[in-house]
Amino acid sequence: MLLRNLVFLGLVVGGIGLLTWQLFPGEIPEHAPRFNPQAVHDPDFRETVRRVDAAFRKDWEENGVVPAPRAPDLQIARRISLGLTGSIPSLQEIRQFEAHGPEDHISWWTQGLLEDRRCADYVAERLTRAYVGTEDGPFVFFRRRRFRHWISDQLLANRPYDGMVREMIAGKGLWTDNPAVNFISFTIDPPNQKGPDPDRLGARVARAFLGMRLDCAQCHDHPFQDWKQSDFQGLAAFFARTKQGFAGIYDANKGVYEAEERKSLGKYTVPPQVPYSPELRPREGTWREQLAAWVTHPENPYFAQAAVNRFWAILFGKPLVEPVDDLYAAERRPEALEILAEDFRRHGHDLRRLILLIVNTEVFQLDSAAEHELTDLHDKLWAAFPLTRLRPEQVVGSIVQASSPETIGADSHIFTQLLKFINESDFVKRYGDSNGEDEFAQGNSTIPQRLLLMNGEIVHERTRPGLFAGSTRVAMMAPTDEKAVEIAFLTVLTRRPTEEELAYYVRRIRGEIPDELLPPNEAEALKFKAQAVPERNGRLQDLYWTLINLTEFSWNH
Amino acid sequence: MEPLISPHPHRTGWTLSRRSFLGAAGLAGLNWLTPVSALLARAAEDIPKGEPAYSVILLWMQGGPSQLETFDPHPGTRIGGETKAIHTRAKGIQIADGLERLAEQMDCVALIRSVVSKEGDHERATMMMKTGYRPDPTTTYPSLGAIICHELPVGKTEIPRHISILPAAWPNRGGFLGAEYDAFITYDPLQKVPDVTSRVSAPRDLLRYRDMSVAEKTFAKGRGARVEETLHRHSVQSARTMMTTEQLKAFDVTLEPLSLRREYGQTPFGRACLAARRLIEVGVRCVEVTLDGWDTHAENHSLTAGRKEILDPAFSALLRDLKDRDLLRRTIVVWAGEFGRTPNINPLGGRDHWPKGFTVALAGGPIRGGIAIGATDPEGKKDPDRPVTVGDLHATILTAVGLNPRKENISPIGRPIRLAEGEPIRDLLL
Repeated sequence: MLLRNLVFLGLVVGGIGLLTWQLFPGEIPEHAPRFNPQAVHDPDFRETVRRVDAAFRKDWEENGVVPAPRAPDLQIARRISLGLTGSIPSLQEIRQFEAHGPEDHISWWTQGLLEDRRCADYVAERLTRAYVGTEDGPFVFFRRRRFRHWISDQLLANRPYDGMVREMIAGKGLWTDNPAVNFISFTIDPPNQKGPDPDRLGARVARAFLGMRLDCAQCHDHPFQDWKQSDFQGLAAFFARTKQGFAGIYDANKGVYEAEERKSLGKYTVPPQVPYSPELRPREGTWREQLAAWVTHPENPYFAQAAVNRFWAILFGKPLVEPVDDLYAAERRPEALEILAEDFRRHGHDLRRLILLIVNTEVFQLDSAAEHELTDLHDKLWAAFPLTRLRPEQVVGSIVQASSPETIGADSHIFTQLLKFINESDFVKRYGDSNGEDEFAQGNSTIPQRLLLMNGEIVHERTRPGLFAGSTRVAMMAPTDEKAVEIAFLTVLTRRPTEEELAYYVRRIRGEIPDELLPPNEAEALKFKAQAVPERNGRLQDLYWTLINLTEFSWNH
Repeated sequence: MEPLISPHPHRTGWTLSRRSFLGAAGLAGLNWLTPVSALLARAAEDIPKGEPAYSVILLWMQGGPSQLETFDPHPGTRIGGETKAIHTRAKGIQIADGLERLAEQMDCVALIRSVVSKEGDHERATMMMKTGYRPDPTTTYPSLGAIICHELPVGKTEIPRHISILPAAWPNRGGFLGAEYDAFITYDPLQKVPDVTSRVSAPRDLLRYRDMSVAEKTFAKGRGARVEETLHRHSVQSARTMMTTEQLKAFDVTLEPLSLRREYGQTPFGRACLAARRLIEVGVRCVEVTLDGWDTHAENHSLTAGRKEILDPAFSALLRDLKDRDLLRRTIVVWAGEFGRTPNINPLGGRDHWPKGFTVALAGGPIRGGIAIGATDPEGKKDPDRPVTVGDLHATILTAVGLNPRKENISPIGRPIRLAEGEPIRDLLL
């Protein structure tokens, strides 16, 4: 009996100990990125950056446009963090960034993020949307999470992009077993579509991997492009022998793509055929293997351009050519697209190199503000960093991050992660994501979004002084009011306050009220003050609330 | 220092000076917050017969309701199951048992018993029915409610003109018309409307907005018109207007007499239908109310019976209430789900997805009541007589609110897209 009591007691004490350790880890794990300076000092790398910069400069000069100046370092770091991890940098990361000093700091910072699971997961979600869209898909045949996780693993291993794509187009097996085939099995739609759907697959391959909307040619010749209906059908025909059976996705020996003659409704057979450059298509392998080889062929111009355009969009919040999946229709494709695509091809479709190239370009590091007037032409020619609305995941990720001085992500403890998951899912639903697949289509701020941030649960919980609102805690413990304001600005806006801001918010933390708000009558003024000014903790909460509700917080800049 | 955000919620300030094209497009969606005149709503009260309606209430049956257990029973046949048919106030029209109260209102309802769609997956079919177009990965089509809000003028409404109560997985959305046309999402009317109440005292709230103006000024510096184009500060202002408007009371069904609330049914769906009526009274253009749980792959009969216990009082009370208040003439009520269910009963006693002939019910506005068009095969083998496409259905509803379905909007990639693909069904319109 005594023994059992002792065991029980031991369990209780141990459990409490474990929980305490989980909630308050003794040491914050250091985020120490490995840095390979070689990658960015390589003359070939510098040359590509120089060529991109020169191409934009030429555009600006020809159009008489004066670009915005270079953005402050922290602002650039914020953009990279938002683009690659879906949230702003933590106070901890800001301190590390500043401690590193100015030499190669942008590349050092980016490389660090690229090695982080947070980045792989976030970018994988962006790519998942491009590859299978936003629909939930067929329940039995499709495992979205597994697919996304597979992409994340590929990114973390820095697998060459062409190999990744070939596996998606030509993969075999079960969607639970070989996650890449979810790209194919996603289009099974019983009872109408018992196997993979050649039409949807053909359209998807063109759009996701070649930046080409052949969809419109599905029913008729394209109204204002060169695509014929036969181009679409020829591409779809590569999937005519793709079947689904006990062992998952496989390639049958027989099978043809049948199209319908619109007037007579008679059927005719269409052989697999690529819409251009037929010489790049190998003659051996299954139809899907042939297609995969043709799509990813280094001499297929659109493959690399489509990848560049998408990663540009992920980093800038706006594609170099709009819309992101319709390169062919664009009136004008900036020279930078092909310069970067050419480098991408020559270096084995290395995504990390591509990302490093983009963040090292002058245009990525330009400010979104300038002393002179910024016009539509500045936007068009990338002479100032674009203002784009953050995605719902980025907004919620940033709110959660802003409330914690430590970096939240792969190596932070489980409890915080769980909290992150719950908060994100509900928030994203309420914040709204109406653009569907074209996630880079530009939108305005909406009223439900503002209501959600002003009065919603998450901002309230996250700014309320308490156990999980770490940043308010840090600000509370700051030695001076000036420091408290600075910490709030750094954690929420990734910058220091201006002099004017510092003066104003320090006064506010001390409980002062701007005169123009006070009722003239003295008794009423006192009453107003009593209601408007809470305890110091509450005033710090007000400061965090204010910063989170600014344009600056919800827009990438 | 001049505050950028006015501390007075009713003083809307800024004008869009430059590059106003973009801004104006966005503003159109915000207009529901601008206090304009009461003219439109007042005028709509005296519309003669056959005139266009002002609002639409969509009773959305998520999961795909069985036509055979609701408005298209085939008792005594192989496919009919245990469901019986009952007489209704509309001569010659029978509906399924369990809808006895609704039977009393059928004189104002038109049934389309032959709707055909091409989508058999819940999500795709929901998109198809709500937008009138097959889902297309390159274009996000707007829902009917979004189209109506986009096309029709703004009334005196200070709350969102497009509302979804008790939304299921895929609420109405604005699609390419813009996120500002998404339905405003709210839940059981017994709960508070989410996010419209400040969490702090009014003076403290006021002070917070004053605090924002200081940092907003920093951000605006050197960015000028670019910041205005985000409409962020405008949305903040409009959100504040909404937080203080009296019209928020339209969400509060406890202001209605208990007897009326009982008539609608003391269920979330019943309360939501009552809230829908209150909302259209303050000028809301489209309210979507969802009743989930129609996906009856097993035990179809008993599960459907449970749904009908909720549906029957709510739908019938809504029609009666609208009629008594003379609001039915300016309101279209649509009852629909994403598809119907198979004529065949599966081994689990369930019915599976069936987009090839199912029922949609319409009432109000210039819709002719007491009729049924189209018919499904009592054997469940042949295609329905007089098939009606989803595009035709949308064209009919749009015509009933005074819109021309052939009108085209331009999608972001420059493709002209008609409000609806089909043609209005003239027999259904007065």
